[in-house]
Amino acid sequence: MRSISLIPAAGVALLTSLAAHAETITVATVNNNDMIIMQGLTDEFEKAHPDIKLDWVVLEENVLRQRLTTDIATNGGQFDVMTIGTYEVPIWARQGWLTALDDLPKDYDENDLLKPIRDGLSQKGKLYALPFYGESSMMYYRKDLFEKAGIQMTEQPTWKEVRGWADKLNDPDNGVYGICLRGKPGWGENMAFLSTLVNTYGGRWFDEKWHPEIDSPAWKEAVSFYVDMMKHDGPPGATSNGFNENQALFSSGKCGIWVDATSAAGRLYDPSESKVADKLGFAPAPVAETPKGSHWLWSWALAIPQSSQSKDAAKTFITWATSKGYVDLVGEKKGWTSVPPGTRKSTYDNPKYQQAAPFASFVLKAIETADPTDPSAKPVPYTGVQYADIPEFQAIGTQVGQMIAAALAGQQTVDQALSNAQRSADRTMRQAGYYKD
Amino acid sequence: MHSSITKKLAITLLAWAIALVVFFPIFWMILTGFKTEGEAVATPPSLFFEPTLSGYHEVMARADYVKFAINSVVVSLGSTLLALLIAVPAAYSMAFLPTPRTRGTLLWMLSTKMLPPVGVLMPIYLLFRDLGLLDSLSGLIVIYMLMNLPIVVWMLYTFFKDVPKDILEAGRMDGAGTLQEVLYLLVPLTLPGIASTGLLSVILSWNEAFWSLNLTTSSAAPLTAFIASFSSPEGLFWAKLSAASTMAIAPILILGWMTQKQMVRGLTFGAVK
Repeated sequence: MRSISLIPAAGVALLTSLAAHAETITVATVNNNDMIIMQGLTDEFEKAHPDIKLDWVVLEENVLRQRLTTDIATNGGQFDVMTIGTYEVPIWARQGWLTALDDLPKDYDENDLLKPIRDGLSQKGKLYALPFYGESSMMYYRKDLFEKAGIQMTEQPTWKEVRGWADKLNDPDNGVYGICLRGKPGWGENMAFLSTLVNTYGGRWFDEKWHPEIDSPAWKEAVSFYVDMMKHDGPPGATSNGFNENQALFSSGKCGIWVDATSAAGRLYDPSESKVADKLGFAPAPVAETPKGSHWLWSWALAIPQSSQSKDAAKTFITWATSKGYVDLVGEKKGWTSVPPGTRKSTYDNPKYQQAAPFASFVLKAIETADPTDPSAKPVPYTGVQYADIPEFQAIGTQVGQMIAAALAGQQTVDQALSNAQRSADRTMRQAGYYKD
Repeated sequence: MHSSITKKLAITLLAWAIALVVFFPIFWMILTGFKTEGEAVATPPSLFFEPTLSGYHEVMARADYVKFAINSVVVSLGSTLLALLIAVPAAYSMAFLPTPRTRGTLLWMLSTKMLPPVGVLMPIYLLFRDLGLLDSLSGLIVIYMLMNLPIVVWMLYTFFKDVPKDILEAGRMDGAGTLQEVLYLLVPLTLPGIASTGLLSVILSWNEAFWSLNLTTSSAAPLTAFIASFSSPEGLFWAKLSAASTMAIAPILILGWMTQKQMVRGLTFGAVK
């Protein structure tokens, strides 16, 4: 009898001792370069924290988003750390799905985080995720082609100037297109770029009472400008070009101008990945009527779901992966152009980073001047430069993106596309109960 | 005579052409796995290049292939055995003891395949959460079994239908019970059919990517999750992705190659009638 009761007791004791030995946390992340580097540094973390073991789930952005949403909405508890963006953080925080990060260790130096990024990851003044990397948008151009065409880059280019330059640079016979811009439909693809264009033309996604404004004159002007310029000076088949495709086009020397994420700078500047590394010029994202919302703000950040059973260990990990020490570690081990950009002032003050990344000051300025709380000339009820922080936006953004892509492909006129888009967005917002009239 | 040779030649050439078209993407993927990332995206694509194993090295360094592969083997074999265990009796009763509703039941079973899986993701996820089956091999085995069951029952049903009733009756005359009838007469007679059904079920489970990505995280993740972790919208990872995909499909490709005779026989069984 005694021996029988001993067995489970021994089992429990063994389990407890194993549990005390190492707590395993499951980290879900996107398979972008910076995250792969983080995964590669697992050993460094486990060496410094022998009581925590890391399990990784690395997925492509869209798959990851669906996977995490399913888990967090059902309180599934499969993950202890989730990699999410500035779009999800406020929405999920309002739902009560994320753990507030209000008692961070002192040496973490919260005030070193760039303010717009910190604001983007906060809800009602409380931080709900720690930024892993941040980005804005800016303009890349080919110095050699500009010189040859006798074009002088201005300190703050306007879209009107850009149109003129693109016309001059466009030389399809020699395989060079004046300008490359996103055309692939999706709220995070063409609409990320087009939202900034609409913003700078004075438009907005919704008025103060959440009515969509997609058929407003500002939208028409911006989208007509975009479609017209892309048809004249853009590469053929632009509706299938997203960030990745444009990056490949630009780095293989096929575009004169490209306006896109600042996070591409490191790769464009790396001669092993880019043919134009030595001819690369940077400029702020162009403006039209207003500078407000002319460049976006995005950050991939690490958050802890409420359903996690290992919140303390998860917190230890996310403070490590977003710390100054981590930036130094990556700089030393992988080279300074590989450090995650756009999160900390100290990274930009670091002379080693400044030397390795001549684009650093542009990126910093772009991020610091992006204001998701004031993205348009007119007042808006939402937060976000290239999105609105409501759950309905993903569907609306992607639908509008598809209609504009159809206009770019010449299947319908810009007016038709925008009035269709307006109707569909209006229906979604009405059904979601934002207004009744 | 002459014209029949030309005809034969034409058909052979056509068959080769179709086979090449079908196999080319796989061939290209295997080739790309041995390139560097730069060569993988080069235009025009390079057919002759110095092969490198760097893609494979990086894939192996980033993920534990063996763990994923073991999970794939366990899940696809486990679910297939379980499906056969349920489907053999079911198909037996439908083939030899049909009722007026048998046809309808068969069609209804097949209709569950017409629903897109994402439509039942939420209820399944909640059930799995409450039963503690998330990220477990047994959960995945159950899901794959359910997923393949309609096809397995249908295939076995067509094979069983071809067995003359008289043989079973003769067995019964000699005093065999239902179980003996199935085990000693029906199963040996239709073994090739059961084998090809099983093979198809293994292949379908091996390739399934929706449920395996949604219901597992790390400990039960099969090779589909392994491949998914190398597909990326940002940065150039084509060589690594190709290397990972080659590693993931290699076991099933070899199995398919070895058993192609049985596979073809099983798949064309019903078609010639």
